[in-house]
Amino acid sequence: MTRETLLKIDGISKSYPGVKANEDVSFSIGVGEVHALLGENGAGKSTLVKMIYGLVKPDEGTLTFRGKPFAPSEPSEARAAGVAMVFQHFSLFEALNVAENVALGMENPPPMRELAARIRAVSEEYGLPLDPARMVGDLSAGERQRVEIIRCLLQDPKLLIMDEPTSVLTPQEVEILFKTLRQLSSEGTAILYISHKLEEIRTLCDGATILRRGKVVGSCVPRETTAREMAELMVGATLTPPERRAGAKGEVVLGVTDLSAASPIPFGTTLKGISFTVARGEVLGIAGVAGNGQDELLLALSGELRVASDKIRINGRAAGDLGPGERRRAGLVAAPEDRYGHAAAPDMSLVENALLTGAIRRNLTHRGFIDWAATRGFAEEVIQTYDVRTPGSHVAARALSGGNLQKFLIGRELDQSPEVIVINQPTWGVDAAAAAAIRQAILNRAAEGAGVVVISQDLDELLEIADMFAVLNEGRLTKPRPVEGLTIDQIGLMMGGAHGMEVAHHVEA
Amino acid sequence: MDIGGINPVILVASLMVAAVPIMLAALGELVVEKSGVLNLGVEGMMIVGAICGFIAAVGTQSPVAGFAAGAAGGAVLSLVFAFLTQVMLANQVATGLALTLFGLGLSSLMGQGYNGIKPPVTAKVPFGPLAEIPVLGPIVFGHDWMVYASIALVACVWWVLRATRLGLIIRAVGESHEAAHALGYKVNRIRLGCIAFGGAMAGLGGAYVSLVRVPQWVDGITAGAGWIALAIVVFASWRPWRVLIGAYLFGGISVLQLNLQAAGSGIPVEYLSMSPYLVTIVVLVIMSSGRGRASLNAPASLGQNFHAAR
Amino acid sequence: MLRLEKRPIPSRFWLYATPVVAVLLTMIAGGLLFALLGKNPATVIKTIFWDPLFGEFAWYLRGQLLVKAGPLILIAIGLSLGFRAGIWNIGAEGQYIMGAICGAGVGLALYPTESRLIFPVMILAGALGGWAWAMIPAILKTRFNTNEILVSLMLVYVAETILAKASTGFLRNPEGAGFPGSRSFSGSSFPAASNPELIAGSGLHWGGVFALLMGVAAYILLQRHILGFQIKLAGQAPRAARFHGVKPERLVLLCMGLSGALAGLAGMFEVTGPAGKISIDFNVGYGFTAIIVAFLGRLNPLGIVLAGFIMALTYVGGEMAATNLGLPSAAIQVFQGMLLFFLLGVDVLTNFRIRTTLLGVK
Repeated sequence: MTRETLLKIDGISKSYPGVKANEDVSFSIGVGEVHALLGENGAGKSTLVKMIYGLVKPDEGTLTFRGKPFAPSEPSEARAAGVAMVFQHFSLFEALNVAENVALGMENPPPMRELAARIRAVSEEYGLPLDPARMVGDLSAGERQRVEIIRCLLQDPKLLIMDEPTSVLTPQEVEILFKTLRQLSSEGTAILYISHKLEEIRTLCDGATILRRGKVVGSCVPRETTAREMAELMVGATLTPPERRAGAKGEVVLGVTDLSAASPIPFGTTLKGISFTVARGEVLGIAGVAGNGQDELLLALSGELRVASDKIRINGRAAGDLGPGERRRAGLVAAPEDRYGHAAAPDMSLVENALLTGAIRRNLTHRGFIDWAATRGFAEEVIQTYDVRTPGSHVAARALSGGNLQKFLIGRELDQSPEVIVINQPTWGVDAAAAAAIRQAILNRAAEGAGVVVISQDLDELLEIADMFAVLNEGRLTKPRPVEGLTIDQIGLMMGGAHGMEVAHHVEA
Repeated sequence: MDIGGINPVILVASLMVAAVPIMLAALGELVVEKSGVLNLGVEGMMIVGAICGFIAAVGTQSPVAGFAAGAAGGAVLSLVFAFLTQVMLANQVATGLALTLFGLGLSSLMGQGYNGIKPPVTAKVPFGPLAEIPVLGPIVFGHDWMVYASIALVACVWWVLRATRLGLIIRAVGESHEAAHALGYKVNRIRLGCIAFGGAMAGLGGAYVSLVRVPQWVDGITAGAGWIALAIVVFASWRPWRVLIGAYLFGGISVLQLNLQAAGSGIPVEYLSMSPYLVTIVVLVIMSSGRGRASLNAPASLGQNFHAAR
Repeated sequence: MLRLEKRPIPSRFWLYATPVVAVLLTMIAGGLLFALLGKNPATVIKTIFWDPLFGEFAWYLRGQLLVKAGPLILIAIGLSLGFRAGIWNIGAEGQYIMGAICGAGVGLALYPTESRLIFPVMILAGALGGWAWAMIPAILKTRFNTNEILVSLMLVYVAETILAKASTGFLRNPEGAGFPGSRSFSGSSFPAASNPELIAGSGLHWGGVFALLMGVAAYILLQRHILGFQIKLAGQAPRAARFHGVKPERLVLLCMGLSGALAGLAGMFEVTGPAGKISIDFNVGYGFTAIIVAFLGRLNPLGIVLAGFIMALTYVGGEMAATNLGLPSAAIQVFQGMLLFFLLGVDVLTNFRIRTTLLGVK
């Protein structure tokens, strides 16, 4: 099938100090084509897309859109030309309602009442139910994405850019999204689909361009290529799955009973009656779509959010009312999702960040006075053991790449001989090699007898490393089940299906 | 109809006048904070507005020129803040404080030689016989034009924030500067405009103090009104009409305590004169705690600087 | 076109260079201001920055430097701890006044007893007075989430009215023929409660001693102690601080209390020493100037000691310029304000690089 070319990208280069984000990138997208842009974190996908959307100017190269030279200097120009974008994060306003959010993304929005009517109409047409008057902060992740999509659709885009759209969706929601995207494609809207999830790309996309370190390393027709081939193009190396040593399960080290807690985060999720146990040597994987209580669960387990003492037991000892320091003393270490500002202080050095959680279990203070030599030793030990690429331990945390900082932060927790490990999103935004190393390190600790809780939105990751599997849904946790023998359909049901969307799709189906 | 030596009609009429400076300053600061910027320099901008307005009014013998100069003075000073926080990315709290310290010094320097001079009188709006109506006359029809203008400005700000695209963009920038930037809005430029507006309003309020409220020039003439204006923004939970209520409330307290002092009530003068500040604290406590959590209404990006990294 | 670019690591050079650059820029801008006022800029700058140190009357003025620097350093050290933790105590002036009233009040209550214990008790009372005044915003913040900036500032105005009441009412000198102001602490009138110059001509009194001691103590706290680490952490990354195990409420109480106590101490030393008695205007705004000192010293205790002396120089030299050259005293206030502006502005260089990109060139 030959298509008329919609967007032609020719020899685009862009560099930042120290990094070549894009180097001589060329490919083209046809009218109505669903084109995948594939690559690891840091491969230069976002930079490329921002150039098409007018947020960043290329250093070299040209864009041609609908046969005309295209060099948008700001997003409004790109939008006027017919380019729309659904962002992965950072483009919705929680304290504004749906209609206001939509209006902000449009060039000449109609009056609010008319806009609300159009939002209803479009959401009906594409099976994406949405109430224009609702506050965005109260919406689920999937619903928030609908806001973004509808914002784009209202402008009749010729090209729709979607940045990692499925990372926040349940499997059922993904299916509905794909249906919408196919409908758009059949109506002639091209879609530039950014992802690193290979199976999705194989089911949805007509063509794919693969980026590695800012360069195009290949292109393919996804339907005719195996996921493994694409992965190896993307990573540039052969991947080995982590090694599992089946250790015998020991006694229970972490017990959570009927844990309920209101969220300290604005627009957060309340935890409702969560119960589970983790034994020595066991890895419990907790799945769920973002915003279903993951952050709150981590806060409650790390001790930042305190509950009644008997709700959480570490090694049989009531620990619910203990703070983070006391829980570390009791043997529990935790690694929050947000690296820049929660797990680490971005402007502090790696040595200081080592002290941040290591002070107690590594005996880095004496009567409150800090032993800086020992702390530096600890930081350097972590850097070495976990292969953290950094000029030294004096470097500020924010200067490290996401993957390297994550290796440091996970290593910092694992090297405190913990008995219970709680990690939220261990490999989020981390390149494949680092992710594999992190998973292996976690499994090694479990094999040595620690009980591990991994909270993640990456199902593949959980199925790879967890023994037991449970799902967080609107602040409730399903009963943990053994991973062996679980099917994707069962997992989808555990995840609570698609939030209120089953009904909606009948309209156009 | 006097109560304890105080005439309630005159009290209400004069509290409307007393409320004008803090209402204007608070309204300006509300817009600034809605855009996500915390400018603690209100006191400094007010007092610079007060002296600029005073000098211009005395020089031209025109109150209108005085108010214009007051607004201009406040706006110019606010641009220093805007430059430091939006371009040089300086800490907003520290810069706001610097603005106040600088403004107090600058006003006193500019005001040398202006002590003891009377500014031209800002005339009352001639409502003719309407002003003679008992009770209603002095309260509704007995004021100078700035009193009416300040109420109109409240309505105007309310309308802009609520119903216009500009207002929507200001709120969006204050809510999440990253998201606004991703959609292509010039975060720092929008904030710069809001800061300048806030400065002009504070300057206008300051000019009203030196031209109408007092009316003469003395060092430190604003006496903490700028800080009270900041508190009123919190009291108002970032809503324009509540700024009006808050300003009337505080205007009422300051007029009442002055009247009580004059009426020779048994309460010591010192306790009366500290009452507006104590009431401010009490109101802040009530608004920040419990169900009336004002903080929930606060713009999410308040006080954070924005730098587009890539 | 100029563009800012975040540095991977804060520049150590600019960390130390910014205060120097800021002082130089302030001299230039201040010179312009003085020229506008019809004074010879070079003479004024020399009078402010050179004469107190090396001029004709330096033997006297050098002592005055320590007199002014003492309270500024003492207050700024306390404030800097809070500022580092993101806790904004802006009401040091009020705590300074309350410390003075409490310290002096205890002393006056014991008049005319002569005992070596009186002065230490007054020191304690002064610290307690400042501490208690600072605890009001602290407790309101921890209990009701009330903004500490506004509350601590409102309390300055309240403290000022209490001071007025004290000097005309409850602390007024009964033998003062009805004039406002308390009994004098200076000289021989009440030796047990007096805070005299310790070495003649040095300007050093107990306040200066405390200021230098606190500078060292704060330095050790921030560099070596886990509490200092927690203070820095809470300011830079509040969520990481909670994750570390800091209780934000505790930190607020601690930092506010400490800065209040130090401000109270400063007030007490001032009123028993250089000021000599409680009077309606014995406070000259040290509580506010100390904010500038804290930033000029980069919130670093040793830097603050240095900054305290620089600021004292502007006070002492400013007075000289006022008497000798007729420079309005408000001009010095403007000068100090400009110093803070320049400091905050130049500070960007510590964390950012300025890149020049010529238009049209890639």
